[in-house]
Amino acid sequence: MITAAAEERVHYLNENYGIKSWLLTKDHKRIGLLYLATITLFFAIGGIFATLIRLELLTPMGDLVSSETYNKLFTMHGITMIFFFLVPSIPATLGNFFLPIMIGAKDLAFPKLNLLSWYLLVIGGIFALYAMLAGGVDTGWTFYVPYSSTFSNTYVVATAIGIFIAGFSSILTGLNFIVTVHQMRAPGMTWFRLPLFVWSHYATALIMVLGTPVLAISLVLVAVERLLHIGIFDPALGGDPVLFQHLFWFYSHPAVYIMVLPGMGVISELVSTFSRKQVFGYRFVAFASVAIAILGFLVWGHHMFVSGQSTYAGLVFSFLSFFVAIPSAVKVFNWTATLYKGSVSYATPMLYAFGFIGLFTMGGLTGLFVASLGVDVHVHDTYFVVAHFHYIMVGGTLMAYLGGLHYWWPKMTGRMYPEGWAKLSALVVFLGFNLTFFPQFVLGYLGMPRRYHVYPDEFQALHVLSTAGASVLAAGYIMPLIYFIWSLRYGPIAEDNPWGATGLEWKTASPPPTHNFEETPVVRHEAYDYAALAEEARVG
Amino acid sequence: MVNTETLAVREQFESAAQQKEASTLGMWIFLVTEIMFFGGLFTAYTVYRSFFADVFAAASNTLSATIGGVNTAVLICSSFTMALAVRASQLGQRRALVWLLIATMFFGSIFLGVKAYEWNEKFEEHHVPGPSFHLEGERNQGQAQLFFSLYFAMTGLHAAHMVVGLALLAVMAYRAQVGRFGPDYYTPIDVTGLYWHFVDIIWIFLFPLLYLIGRHHTA
Repeated sequence: MITAAAEERVHYLNENYGIKSWLLTKDHKRIGLLYLATITLFFAIGGIFATLIRLELLTPMGDLVSSETYNKLFTMHGITMIFFFLVPSIPATLGNFFLPIMIGAKDLAFPKLNLLSWYLLVIGGIFALYAMLAGGVDTGWTFYVPYSSTFSNTYVVATAIGIFIAGFSSILTGLNFIVTVHQMRAPGMTWFRLPLFVWSHYATALIMVLGTPVLAISLVLVAVERLLHIGIFDPALGGDPVLFQHLFWFYSHPAVYIMVLPGMGVISELVSTFSRKQVFGYRFVAFASVAIAILGFLVWGHHMFVSGQSTYAGLVFSFLSFFVAIPSAVKVFNWTATLYKGSVSYATPMLYAFGFIGLFTMGGLTGLFVASLGVDVHVHDTYFVVAHFHYIMVGGTLMAYLGGLHYWWPKMTGRMYPEGWAKLSALVVFLGFNLTFFPQFVLGYLGMPRRYHVYPDEFQALHVLSTAGASVLAAGYIMPLIYFIWSLRYGPIAEDNPWGATGLEWKTASPPPTHNFEETPVVRHEAYDYAALAEEARVG
Repeated sequence: MVNTETLAVREQFESAAQQKEASTLGMWIFLVTEIMFFGGLFTAYTVYRSFFADVFAAASNTLSATIGGVNTAVLICSSFTMALAVRASQLGQRRALVWLLIATMFFGSIFLGVKAYEWNEKFEEHHVPGPSFHLEGERNQGQAQLFFSLYFAMTGLHAAHMVVGLALLAVMAYRAQVGRFGPDYYTPIDVTGLYWHFVDIIWIFLFPLLYLIGRHHTA
């Protein structure tokens, strides 16, 4: 009977029904769920490519796929995972859903633009999928010229168009977030009362807005060069392929922070909630996000230490790259300090947060190795680099994404996920991840190059370990997919504030009404003020 | 009916002032993304011009500074009528607003017409990059092609933005004609104006960079 009563309440999910009410929705919460479904699909597609790569690498011989196919597999794995999963992952789903609620707004500033952003991702995805099904693309996700512009006989243009369109999805999402944070905050929600999730999304939005257009124009030039043979980067005319690399990495290095900053925002929320303490050094963590966004634009040349860039430029880029470690370390230390004398509990989201902190630290520290000019010459284009960025992207971003998804699932759906299974999956993901990627550090250091499917026999043991880990990791990802879907129907009904957290999103109903709050909230406390929360509970 | 619907504040906003500020900020941020978008081309231009300064000057001299200058003047006129249109909308002068928007479209179309004429000339002179490219008296045909590749990419992208601008102006002129705007609600005219001025300013940079390189030692 309790269920029946709960279901009578009108909220954003049951306000209206039917496919049209979803495809034409302007509600940021529904659009967040549309993104969730879309990127889950792309994650599965990228995962299939990853599976094929790992299976091929089980043996030193090229016995599963040919070299050409292998080139396409790692290219399409990278393109799908980066442009169609990681870049939209946390901002477009959790950010879309919670950023307006966290600042006490009814919606984003431009709801129609928000829906358009989703359609752009879908249309871009269709172009990319078409390219993959028609025959694939083999340039690597980096599209280096002149291979991509002149020599590759694969579907470069269709893929580039897909990424171009998806890029505008990202640009418009960033624009929407910036305007929303500036203009839509509830009364009393000052900049330094914003949850750190909002700060990190604001920093992310700055990068989306400033970086993505440069990628867009670079891909336009590659496509134009391929189609019309006008030759902006063509060395035969005197054009400079290194110029393309500069333009590409001007976006694609900051893009790393588009992928990881929102994850850091999630971790700040999780660590605070499950320690029942304000995040240590709130302002430092907030400004660290902005500092990472700014510094991120000054280090792109560290991808080009061996590309014919001048040694002096390399020196400066190496020096600046080390600076990124400072705000990153500020965050890690402050999360750790938040735990100190906190009332720490170990719910699933917190397990993911612990996983994030450890793996991100590993990924960050190995980043210092590859930022050093001398060491990078040794490990450049090896599995060491592959392991490094997977520790950031998968160990970092994906852990944060899953942690955030578990944390906010009750708010999004009104149902709890099964805690026991969820804890098991968090453990399986953590173990599987390390088993997959730790051996790759060793492989790379010993000299295993990336993007090769035939390798010397002595690397086989480590490759087998990595592939075994990938199977464990896959199991860890399939479990949440199953129990999340299960919980939609059978999960226990969630309370409005199941974690006893302080954010505005927990002050509204689960799931929230269409306009998020019955009346516009007025904010009277700092973020994460647990004393005030306890006081409110006491007064009733 | 139409009036009350558009004058009303959309449901996500608390007040008309908030709605106006959000829209204006949104357009400014969009223009920042546009600067970055063109920025990639400007960077490529800067790099190649510093690599191949002489060839770029020679290639630039084949462009007609007169035609480019006239087109610049035409575009500045369009910016002037656009600025007047924004003022007319603030003062609630409906007829003036409609005519000023049409005048802006008129100047914009002249600009595109002249641009089309120039491009056509390039085809006839074999100045379009490709197998039949040839620049009289130039030893380094490859580098000269790079200049014209950039010329077409930059003016082409600019023209594409002009076409979008003309479409926006047409929609605004229609909406002004049916009385959607008044002194309390003219944000769409305002942000369209911002966009139009931005596209003009891009041209103000393109004109000297493409047409006027090295004029001082050849003219």
